[in-house]
Amino acid sequence: MKRVFVTVGSTSFDELITRVSAEESLHIFRSLGYSQLTLQIGRGAVVPEPFSADSFTLDVYRYKDSLREDLERADLVISHAGAGSCLETLEKGKPLVVVINEKLMNNHQLELAKQLHKEGHLFYCTCSTLPGLLQSMDLSTLKCYPPGQPEKFSAFLDKVVGLQK
Amino acid sequence: MACVLIPVVAAGAVAVVLVLRLWIVCRSQDVTPRESLSLLVVAGSGGHTTEILRLLGSLSSAYSPRHYVIADTDKMSADKINSFELDRADRDPSTMFLQIYSAPVNKAVREHSAVMDSRYYIHRIPRSREVQQSWLSTVLTTLHSMWLSFPLIHQVKPDLVLCNGPGTCVPICIAALLLGILGIKKVIIVYVESICRVETLSLSGKILIHLSDYFIVQWPTLKEKYPRSVYLGRIV
Repeated sequence: MKRVFVTVGSTSFDELITRVSAEESLHIFRSLGYSQLTLQIGRGAVVPEPFSADSFTLDVYRYKDSLREDLERADLVISHAGAGSCLETLEKGKPLVVVINEKLMNNHQLELAKQLHKEGHLFYCTCSTLPGLLQSMDLSTLKCYPPGQPEKFSAFLDKVVGLQK
Repeated sequence: MACVLIPVVAAGAVAVVLVLRLWIVCRSQDVTPRESLSLLVVAGSGGHTTEILRLLGSLSSAYSPRHYVIADTDKMSADKINSFELDRADRDPSTMFLQIYSAPVNKAVREHSAVMDSRYYIHRIPRSREVQQSWLSTVLTTLHSMWLSFPLIHQVKPDLVLCNGPGTCVPICIAALLLGILGIKKVIIVYVESICRVETLSLSGKILIHLSDYFIVQWPTLKEKYPRSVYLGRIV
């Protein structure tokens, strides 16, 4: 069973939720072989009706203590551009599509999505270009994401504050 | 004429002394060997807290006690911090005991002991700026935050302040600098710019790059633009 997980973190992103639960997108997911779509909608006002029909299931919820399980079970993750969501997904080695929220002014999240796309770790798009991307993208071209190295930070800090080894 | 001139000259002299003190405090990077140091961590909302906890996870137990400062409207960060500290206490066999406090810090409990332990404290201050808040009201709320930050910093007197960009950290860092300027204590200020910042600094970053002792960036573009910064690669 192939699963798609959509997450907006602690924000609200009604355009994305509306777009992925629309008939056009559901049709695309089915044609790509996905049979489950889970929507984590955060603070959003749009709450699609969950259903289970024609061997396709739609689940909807606002928050969980940890998204770890849903991320682990997903075959494709569609996320807002929050750093936490992106990094957690990439660290689990899951294919990631980041959707930019054009309503956010001075969109600093966009810088990270662009950079990670440049390095070949994810695809990104807007709500309107999402359906086109879903149909044309090749997930096998995505590269593995090497995790960050906080030990470099602790080594640096220990040195500059004078902590004895 | 003299009654106006004297206070003006006096004020000017005080200002010059303060600026000189600020310059000395900002430039001094003496490394005093030590075995432990108290840490004050500014935890912003959402991703900021996640990032800073990843950094803290790599630090040894010598960084103790840990004082966390969060915005009063931030509910999720307190939960994340408590989970982080409980998990840390489980893994660390040298744990003596655990304490959880909201401000003000109890003076008796704050006394240092020779044995390293896993005490941590959570303090709350008003948020300096809500997302998309107007600039004029931001000045007022920031001044209000500074008014409350100084007593907190003065009470805690941390050896090190660590922050990664939320607005809450600016008043805290300025208060820490003030401790140095007034000759009370030199506090090391370490700022780590968020991994989201690839090409441009955040507003807090633009302010604190000149006031922090160590300003860490996570992408080479920023290191090129700001030679004063420290680049260690991606650390979260």
